[in-house]
Amino acid sequence: MLELIVISTLNGVLFGMLLFLLSSGLTVIFSMMGVLNFAHASFYMLGAFFGFQLTKWIGFWPALVLAPLLVGAIGMAVERYGLRNTHKHGHVAELLLTFGLAFAIEEIVSMIWGRSPLDYRVPALLDFPAFTIFSTNYPAYKIFMLAVSIVIFVALLIVLKRTRVGLIVQAALTHPHMVGHLGHNVGRVFMVVFGVGSALAGLAGVIAGPALVTQSDMAAALGPILFVVIVFGGLGSLPGAFIASLVIGLVQTFAVALNGSLASAFGPLDPSTGPSVLTDIWNVTIAQVAPIVPYMLLVLILIVRPMGLMGTRES
Amino acid sequence: MTTATRSTSKATATPAGGGVRFYGVWLLGIAVLIVLPLIFSSGGSLTSFSLIGIAIVFALSYNILLGQTGLLSFGHAVHYGLGGFAACHMMNAVVSHGWPIPLPFIPLFGGIGGLVFAMIIGWVMTKRAGTVFAMISLGIGELVASSSLILRSMFGGEAGITTDRTALPKMLGWSFGPQLQVYYLIAFWLVLSAIAMYALTRTPLGRISNAVRDNPERVQFIGYDPHVVRYLAFCFAGFFAGVAGGLAAINFEIANSAYLGAIQSGLVLFSTFIGGTAYFFGPMLGAILVTYLQLGLTNVTSVWQLYFGIIFIGIVMFSPGGIAGLLMMHRPLVRAGTLWTVIPSYLVAIVPTVALACGVILTIETVARYSGGDPINLFGISFNAKSPVTWIAAAVLLVGGAFVARLAWRRIADAWDRAATVARDRGYLA
Amino acid sequence: MRKLTLAIAVIAPMLGHAASAEDTVKIGYIDPLSGGGASVGEGGLKTFQYLADELNAKGGILGHKVEIVPLDNKTNPQESLVQAQKAIDAGVHYITQGNGSSVGAALSDFVTKNNTRNPGKEVLYFNYAAVDPSLTNEKCSYWHFRWDASSDIKMEALTNYMKDTASIKKVYLINQDYSFGQSVRTDARKMLGAKRPDIQIVGDELHPLLKITDFSPYIAKIKASGADSVVTGNWGQDIALLLKAAADAGLKVNWYTYYAGGAGGPTAIKQTGLDHQVFQITEGFANSGNQAAMDYEKAFRAKVNLSLWYPRAVNEMRMFKAAAEKAKSIDPVKVAAALEDLKFEVLDGGQGLMRKDDHQFFQPIYISSFGKLAANEPFDEESTGWGWHLVSKIDTPQAMVPTTCKMVRP
Repeated sequence: MLELIVISTLNGVLFGMLLFLLSSGLTVIFSMMGVLNFAHASFYMLGAFFGFQLTKWIGFWPALVLAPLLVGAIGMAVERYGLRNTHKHGHVAELLLTFGLAFAIEEIVSMIWGRSPLDYRVPALLDFPAFTIFSTNYPAYKIFMLAVSIVIFVALLIVLKRTRVGLIVQAALTHPHMVGHLGHNVGRVFMVVFGVGSALAGLAGVIAGPALVTQSDMAAALGPILFVVIVFGGLGSLPGAFIASLVIGLVQTFAVALNGSLASAFGPLDPSTGPSVLTDIWNVTIAQVAPIVPYMLLVLILIVRPMGLMGTRES
Repeated sequence: MTTATRSTSKATATPAGGGVRFYGVWLLGIAVLIVLPLIFSSGGSLTSFSLIGIAIVFALSYNILLGQTGLLSFGHAVHYGLGGFAACHMMNAVVSHGWPIPLPFIPLFGGIGGLVFAMIIGWVMTKRAGTVFAMISLGIGELVASSSLILRSMFGGEAGITTDRTALPKMLGWSFGPQLQVYYLIAFWLVLSAIAMYALTRTPLGRISNAVRDNPERVQFIGYDPHVVRYLAFCFAGFFAGVAGGLAAINFEIANSAYLGAIQSGLVLFSTFIGGTAYFFGPMLGAILVTYLQLGLTNVTSVWQLYFGIIFIGIVMFSPGGIAGLLMMHRPLVRAGTLWTVIPSYLVAIVPTVALACGVILTIETVARYSGGDPINLFGISFNAKSPVTWIAAAVLLVGGAFVARLAWRRIADAWDRAATVARDRGYLA
Repeated sequence: MRKLTLAIAVIAPMLGHAASAEDTVKIGYIDPLSGGGASVGEGGLKTFQYLADELNAKGGILGHKVEIVPLDNKTNPQESLVQAQKAIDAGVHYITQGNGSSVGAALSDFVTKNNTRNPGKEVLYFNYAAVDPSLTNEKCSYWHFRWDASSDIKMEALTNYMKDTASIKKVYLINQDYSFGQSVRTDARKMLGAKRPDIQIVGDELHPLLKITDFSPYIAKIKASGADSVVTGNWGQDIALLLKAAADAGLKVNWYTYYAGGAGGPTAIKQTGLDHQVFQITEGFANSGNQAAMDYEKAFRAKVNLSLWYPRAVNEMRMFKAAAEKAKSIDPVKVAAALEDLKFEVLDGGQGLMRKDDHQFFQPIYISSFGKLAANEPFDEESTGWGWHLVSKIDTPQAMVPTTCKMVRP
């Protein structure tokens, strides 16, 4: 049992940090521009595929730097030529633009790389078990992923809270006109922020690709969870996104590890009742419902605390 | 989606003495629905018409949210799917209990299925509008779609629930086995739902929904609770989506989790937005186009979703009013009699625009088929995806088309400005 | 302009549905050709087109040319019904489909209703890969014929092999949480319990279908249970990721799988380095040792550039021809009658039987393992250098299961 708890905690934290890498970019973009970027998970996917291709050409380590930069450049182009023109039609139009973009990116990716999972491997340098607990190997690459996530988190925090750039970004959030009057190019700030957010997603893709699966449906698989994370944590709140990422990562991993069901807790139902919705609910194990647990959490938090965990705004 | 086009639509919707024309349009629509299957009577076209009919009801129900109330939902298929399941269960119950309920009443139960769920979940969901609502609808959509695979006794797992529409009591001697009879059933419900939904937009609730969409604070000042208004609109949308789901269940005689999923939710959003949300008939156009493309494009290309995405992005960026918005832009010009001044520049623009479109298609297909090696067939001309000639042709069409099209479109804009100025002078354009 | 093009676009294809002459036998191939399942669907399409070309080169069926009509169903049951209707309009009397039991169930139901409602316009449904047992049991249809071994047949064959393998002591079951995965799990419990009561089932896991990106938590559970063998019906990314996570954690067990050989599977196994630890249950495979089958595989690979995933498709098309010749007609009703109880020498050798009671084809089943190739095994998979190696052949009588089908005959 202890074995399961330790391993699940490690896996949960790891998955949570990956979620945070993604949701941090999404949160910053949302809080600055009011745009919920539907294509954010698609940038994550682009990162993984660019990472795969560049690894093939020039090796993993250069790819780790270059692929996120490429994704960031694409993100900037999307902001400059797409979102900026759509801005006058309102937030709904912006959201829909990114929605269409997610659709198109998925198709383009599968057009170029096919729909089967790619053979994107962990770099040889990190392809060894870092340590063994309870006779289970823990791969070094996962430790590396964890380290990168934490470094990014700390760096992001420092940039936003302690530097001049962070100050301008924060000011542009609340008082865009004032920042403009002070001589800063608000449009460029938006573009750079969007690019950085996309690059973060791309970075998550590059490092998650070898550990998880690099496939053209990876964006669609992860996208909805991201939105759960940022709504759960409170829209626009970076600490909220951090806590929500960890909570959801841990909850989902632990749910998988548990075999309990209502039937095992309270004894089986009277067999004479026959199959019904009640017996379905009674017999389903927690492990089976693990993937929908985040959505249950979402509904729950919206009933109890509609602004999310750390959110300050009602809308 | 600008307020300008909206206000003109309101002003012109019920002009004095326009009653004849207004009812004429509806009667004409009904006549077309009756005659259509007599002209195209093959099983395939009947199936297509039936699907289009269902898609129209579904898209119109979605527009109660998006167009009327300004609620962007990514989970509207939940009501559609639950309506489908409710209808399937009802049909099976009617057969096993021998109730005297004929098939044409079944979509009503589908509607109730959609409505009940909307009533339960809607109060929490509609607390807030905008992005938050969109996210919650996405979450609820995922939750319901995933749960449907777990609650097997109700949703039948991934195989779904099947039913037999001919086993229900006959009505007027119709067994509803042949597709033609199902088509007329769908057409009947289409007309009924369209009239009901149009009427809804004319009620005080419909009007105040528009106000909630445009300025919820002011609505609050005049004594209405925007939350209640959104909730009511949400329930109506849920009901009509359920009707559409019920019709789909009758048409396919099966309900399964694909009804509830994100793809279905995405399609209705596509249809409604491409058609245009500002006009009542917009979603109809969108549903026709999207359903038809979905049925037809899949035979032609395997990357049809990419074309969907591109069309959608194009509409969002260049014509947020959708197809209906584009068409209705011409209305004041027609009235002012200045449309003819614009047409020549349209004609000039056709060539580069078509060239640009061909360039885009050729580029996409070249990339898509590069590994497969199937030839591309574009308007009867065959291209080989691996030949440099194709690449050059694609590049020339793409770049050249884009360059010339830009110039041509600028011409259109100039001509348009002149025509609009005249129209404004004559008092047809605000 | 816009209205006009729209009108043309709408009308043109509808007029195009003219029924064609009856000089060709059209087979509607309804499977995903776009979206997530496209890579599998394309492979199947190429296989059937190869088979049609082969038949046509030998004069077709009773002198009729065979044509495959590809129809994209996006793995969606509703879309499949629309495509089936389209196919019928285009003069198709035979449809074949394989991917997705939910699609199979919907199509079987559709064909049955169509044939009762439109006598004289019957359609047959040839199923080459949807393995849900219910299609030949409680949901059986006279118009449905299945060439793939249903999941309970495969389990019967597998447990007949495991029965004699003394090294298996503790078995862990992990399956996808839907009807197919559940039937694998219940069959395994039932059959192992009857044949080897001493085998301990140390775990029985159902996980959500195609939703898991990281199987490490499941691997941790398997490891904790002390299992020596894992039985899984997983397919697609669920098997690839499961094996990947197992290799990462250093889990040493034998994997008895249904679909480790599917698209992407061999690549994943090679990546994990699980040499001859992954087994699969099929009705035939490249290195089966049967010379005729191996020659066929060689010719197929040379032309199509794919492994022959579906030896059953070969059986299906050849038996279709045999049945039509037996009935001296390509009328679906007569072909259906001729197919019943038809005995046939299958591609990989041995006698198969299309059982009249439930329209399930019974054939020899092979268990093979994936790893480094021996000298007399020429075929690798997905250019990995590794291939399938024969472990055991289960003959037709040991791969038969009873049915509960109450066939409604016209």
